[in-house]
Amino acid sequence: MKSETEDTPLFHKPLSRRKLLGGAATAAVVLVQTAVGKTVQAAIPEAAVIPDDPTKKQGPLPSELGTRSAYEKPVRKPSDTSSRTPLQDLYGTITPADLHYERHHGGVPTINPEEYELYIHGLVEKPMKFTLSDLKRFPAFSRICFLECSGNFRSNPAGKITPQEIAGLTSQSEWTGVLLSTLFREVGIKPNATWFLAEGSDAAVMTRSIPVKKGLQDGMIAYAQNGEAIRPEQGYPARLFLPGWEGNTSVKWLRRIEFSDAPFMTREETSKYTEPVKDGKIRQFSFDMDARSIITFPTYPVQVEKGWIEIRGIAWSGRGKITKVEVSTDAGKTWQLARLQDPVLDKAHTYFRHLWQWNGTETEIMSRAVDETGYTQPTFNQLVAARGDNKGGYHFNPITTWLIQWDGQVLNKPDK
Amino acid sequence: MENLKFLKITNLSWFLAGVLLLTGACTASQTTSKSSASSLISAAPVTKADSPEWPSTFGFGKPATPQEIALLDIDVRPDGKGLPSGSGTVLAGKAVYAVKCAACHGKTGVEGPNNRLVSVAENEAAGTESNKEKTIGNYWPYATTLFDYIRRAMPFNAPGSLTNEEVYALTAFLLNANKIIPAEASINAETLPKVVMPAQKLFVPDDRKGGPEIR
Repeated sequence: MKSETEDTPLFHKPLSRRKLLGGAATAAVVLVQTAVGKTVQAAIPEAAVIPDDPTKKQGPLPSELGTRSAYEKPVRKPSDTSSRTPLQDLYGTITPADLHYERHHGGVPTINPEEYELYIHGLVEKPMKFTLSDLKRFPAFSRICFLECSGNFRSNPAGKITPQEIAGLTSQSEWTGVLLSTLFREVGIKPNATWFLAEGSDAAVMTRSIPVKKGLQDGMIAYAQNGEAIRPEQGYPARLFLPGWEGNTSVKWLRRIEFSDAPFMTREETSKYTEPVKDGKIRQFSFDMDARSIITFPTYPVQVEKGWIEIRGIAWSGRGKITKVEVSTDAGKTWQLARLQDPVLDKAHTYFRHLWQWNGTETEIMSRAVDETGYTQPTFNQLVAARGDNKGGYHFNPITTWLIQWDGQVLNKPDK
Repeated sequence: MENLKFLKITNLSWFLAGVLLLTGACTASQTTSKSSASSLISAAPVTKADSPEWPSTFGFGKPATPQEIALLDIDVRPDGKGLPSGSGTVLAGKAVYAVKCAACHGKTGVEGPNNRLVSVAENEAAGTESNKEKTIGNYWPYATTLFDYIRRAMPFNAPGSLTNEEVYALTAFLLNANKIIPAEASINAETLPKVVMPAQKLFVPDDRKGGPEIR
């Protein structure tokens, strides 16, 4: 089984060197069989140079910074307001920091770490300010967690849409910093403090109100990501990080925390990150990200061939661990348990795999996640039934369906 | 590093005890005996590092003075706390809007190209089938938010450049354009928190509780 599933090319025609040189003019991602018979996804830029025999030429010397292979071009997909992680190009659960999704409201500020200060004040015993080096002196804490924008859903009536475009506003890193509970002890929170305002130092001076309870439970100030200083797009030099909660609450470039006895009702938590639900009501402070999964292979624009196919993807829940992922290869008539890749972490992307032999007839494949609270990822229609037609796009986590046509072309099946 | 002296739990302040009640139970292995408090937060286990053996203070950081805090403390609450002195009229706001806002939000706050600010007749009630555009009139629950957001983030190409008087005036203009206050109204720290927004009654707290229910 192993040899059939791991290294055997299943779904492509080997590309010749001539075809690579003469054919793809843009940086499209194509499936390529390497000289050793391994199948890889490769992006072929116009200026791609196929090297001469590498055994006959000295390569570059050791360098200060590593680079990706010239054949690998995973890229985010930017719009005016966000940039999406190429989920279909990743092989595991950690998102390389430069491919982590971006969403901000006034651009990326440039902040000198020497001048950075975090103020904590309001309903506290001792109003304090902390420099970046102060923050780094506290006992450090690391945790692998996903981050997801609550507006992480897109669709396309033609079905020509990738996992990146549908759900690329989620990424995962190992976050390192200081726990809020540690910092809060330094300032001494007053008994009537139930909320705090988190304020960024971007051009929007973005703010969110956060319950003190969440801060004490597992909130942290992160200054590092995947072992290195956090990237500017992710909040350099320090950001709030609230595991499992909608991304907007994890305020980046954090400059101020103010304790209060009530929420501040900022623009983000009133006019933006709230969602219309039934009976004309608007749901507010919907922080938790519900369980979700998405198949990342095979998906549009891949073309598959008859035979063994390992269906792969990621599943996650803001409420805890993923307990199972089920996969259907017959348009939802039957479901089978996918294998979960260890480790399965709390509030983290979990990789799943399901081995399947495609007989060449047209079908639909889909995945659904179940978390430890017993929540099962719903269908599009279940969500519409629960929220009404005017549901908006926040916290929208429907099962994603992929149509495999008779010719092997994979398309997203649009939700209706 | 004498401030790293470890304290016994009985010596910790009421606050630290509160922290432990709230967080200790979430620690995977060390403090599972305190699990009675875990229901306050979440059934999900959480990996935590913060330890009862740690000192009540590490002594890192510096006290923040009232003057330093005042420079940054720009937020405005629904009860009006944080509003500065000054005032603005609808008429004054109309002039500021034309110069600094209309290019992005349209001549009357409806045309765009960016966020629509003003409700139009068929679009006034949130949650209706026809309402796809969130506006100040049909979707913003608190008038104070308008002042706070304009002051901190607008105009987009020159955030933080407006005077408090200009922000009050723009707030007045936009509330009037949404038919929430009369044309002769003046907006200040006293009057703004008293404005009741049409959408305020529509907001309900998140009622998802985890578990199998789909909401």
